[in-house]
Amino acid sequence: MIAIFKLSWYTIVMVNLGNDEIVKYPFLTEAGKYLNDLGFSLEQFGTDPDLKKIVDNAFERIITSSEGRIFKSDPSSNNSALPLEIFSFLIAVILLKLSGMNTLIRRFSLAEARRAEKFLEKDLMNHQDITKAKLSLQILQELFSVTVEKIDEEFTILVSDYLKHSINFHEREWKLINRKVTNGKVHLTPHETVRLVRKELDRHIYTKINSSSTPEMIIGFETYVDKLKQLAKKFEVKTVESKEFPPCIKHAIEVLEKGENLPHSGRFLLATFLLNKGQTVEQIAPLFKNAPDYNPKVTIYQLNQLSGISGTTEYKSPSCEKVKSQNLCFPVPACDTIINPLQFGRKRV
Amino acid sequence: MNGKDVTFLEDTFKKFYFEHFDLLHVPDDPNQREFGYQRFNGGMNRHISLKSDKELHLLLMQNKPSDVYCSNARYMFPNLPMSEKDWQNAELIFDIDAKDLRKEHPKNNTLIKCSECNEISELGESCPKCNSTKLLFTTLTCDDCIKSTKDEVLKLNKILIDDLGINEENIKIFFSGNEGFHIYVHKSEYENVGSRERAELSDYIMFRGGIPETFGFRKFNTNKSSLPKFDDVGWNGRLAKHLFQTKSNRSKISQQILSGGYALFQKKLEDFRDSIGIKIDPNVTQDIHRIFRLPGSINSKSGLTKIFVEDLKKFDPYTDACFIDDEEIEVAANCPIEFSLKKKKFGPFKNEQVSVPKFAAVYMMCKGIASSV
Repeated sequence: MIAIFKLSWYTIVMVNLGNDEIVKYPFLTEAGKYLNDLGFSLEQFGTDPDLKKIVDNAFERIITSSEGRIFKSDPSSNNSALPLEIFSFLIAVILLKLSGMNTLIRRFSLAEARRAEKFLEKDLMNHQDITKAKLSLQILQELFSVTVEKIDEEFTILVSDYLKHSINFHEREWKLINRKVTNGKVHLTPHETVRLVRKELDRHIYTKINSSSTPEMIIGFETYVDKLKQLAKKFEVKTVESKEFPPCIKHAIEVLEKGENLPHSGRFLLATFLLNKGQTVEQIAPLFKNAPDYNPKVTIYQLNQLSGISGTTEYKSPSCEKVKSQNLCFPVPACDTIINPLQFGRKRV
Repeated sequence: MNGKDVTFLEDTFKKFYFEHFDLLHVPDDPNQREFGYQRFNGGMNRHISLKSDKELHLLLMQNKPSDVYCSNARYMFPNLPMSEKDWQNAELIFDIDAKDLRKEHPKNNTLIKCSECNEISELGESCPKCNSTKLLFTTLTCDDCIKSTKDEVLKLNKILIDDLGINEENIKIFFSGNEGFHIYVHKSEYENVGSRERAELSDYIMFRGGIPETFGFRKFNTNKSSLPKFDDVGWNGRLAKHLFQTKSNRSKISQQILSGGYALFQKKLEDFRDSIGIKIDPNVTQDIHRIFRLPGSINSKSGLTKIFVEDLKKFDPYTDACFIDDEEIEVAANCPIEFSLKKKKFGPFKNEQVSVPKFAAVYMMCKGIASSV
């Protein structure tokens, strides 16, 4: 028996979210409006001792996310007139905005995305409550423009939709070649379906937090905000860089030195890499002297184009993935942790 | 190319265009396309907008181009610089070229030109005159090359239809005018996807980046039943057919694969790229701002025409895409190997003055192995 849920476009599906859903997907609410509707002002949270627990919770939620962990839900805490988890999310956003610490906002968005992902997956598989399954499909459709069809226990999405999301992953399992593909559709498990949109979910939450306005400092929030500013310093990263070229660049130079023909893609890689590393067109041009089809005028013209001197675009060095697909990658162990040749030899200290 | 040859080719191409306007059309949505052209010995002129066949024909007559191009992309402002064009979408295009299929140059169909002393000679590892190894390879007409390229196109078509869900009617095949085919996919949902997505599609079609788990080989607890089966869809089925050849071999070969271990299977998957992956040029597919040779126009690398292919099996590019007339022409030819056009054989010519039909003269001049006298 094949059951297909194909969704039509609902204008604003989120209007009728119950508390159950908002607990799971708090980023779907309009924070200010939600608090107002329940008769709260932000100032109350700074002064009312009964609400201090919520601010503590919000602070804890940020700390948890900064450590790369997911904030655990406690369903019983949401049964009262004050759904603790919704409030703690909303206040956490306010604290983050007041701290202005982007690194914490990034960590918080990702942790919240991963938390929502778990609920989405569970809802997708909910056979008892069809409305829950439908809602999760609607979230996928409306937030991420992914139309998911459910066929028995499997989910399928259009190859073109799949690709728009999967290109954000670097793990090989997400490559199209490692998927069951038939008739223009990619087959996925519920876990994979939801995992596919994690980055967009993260981005959605991040953008939503970033685009919300920053309130004036709220009395009673100062200590929390100062602690967050201190915490963010922990995540500042300093790097050192070695002068050694990555193997793909060494290979390109070797080919040219031997007077062999380096394909256009190899020349593009070499030129953009060196330009991005700060070398000038005049420094780079002599490298191409040995190419069998060397023409000094054309070389200078093309280097000027790539550097942005002649055109409007300054070209960036291609990613490792692209270099690999052009058969120009000759990886060494130090390449394992990089996604662009420019990062080769960069180390955190 | 010397001035006399340029004038000869320009006049010949112009005559062809004048007599074959019926072959040259602007594509759908012409006002959203970017056109471009090159002149002999000249650079690329692009960012041109044309609205009708008439404007295209005028361009051909006024500019005497060596090559004419048109974007697969649609833009809001096709004649503005690239960053201001406002890209809308682009047909999906695949390029299968004989040069990407062969492991070595076909011995009887390839000549070498020395970059140091300009000597032209039969295929060899170094220049027979000055011993230099800085060589440029030129392949002349090669039936085997065309045959294997056609087979590759058919394999690609099957994947486009079966795996990627593309309607067969929307796949159009064109001979590129030299030694390959351009496969256009019209009216598909893939028109809206960007360059990175197209790179992924290329990897899929080329069988690149597969991991053993995809084909049922896990690091632990793998058994024969999880390996690919003949009736599987997509790459699993194709790999099964390649690995086992017949259904009865499956059990025996599966056991061998399992005994070889995970790392060996991973290595084999990489090797299979050469045997079962489709040999498209991935750079062509993933470049969404490229301008492609316009169907109906002459390829100045050969003097042959880029043309729509109705029946791939019957198609013979060296006859069906050769439109230049057969008026006898005197040329100085330096062609150390034989080639064949319109079912006639020419060469070898050893630096001699010969009289050949114009289509053969044009072919040799385009290949840089003959000049006007």
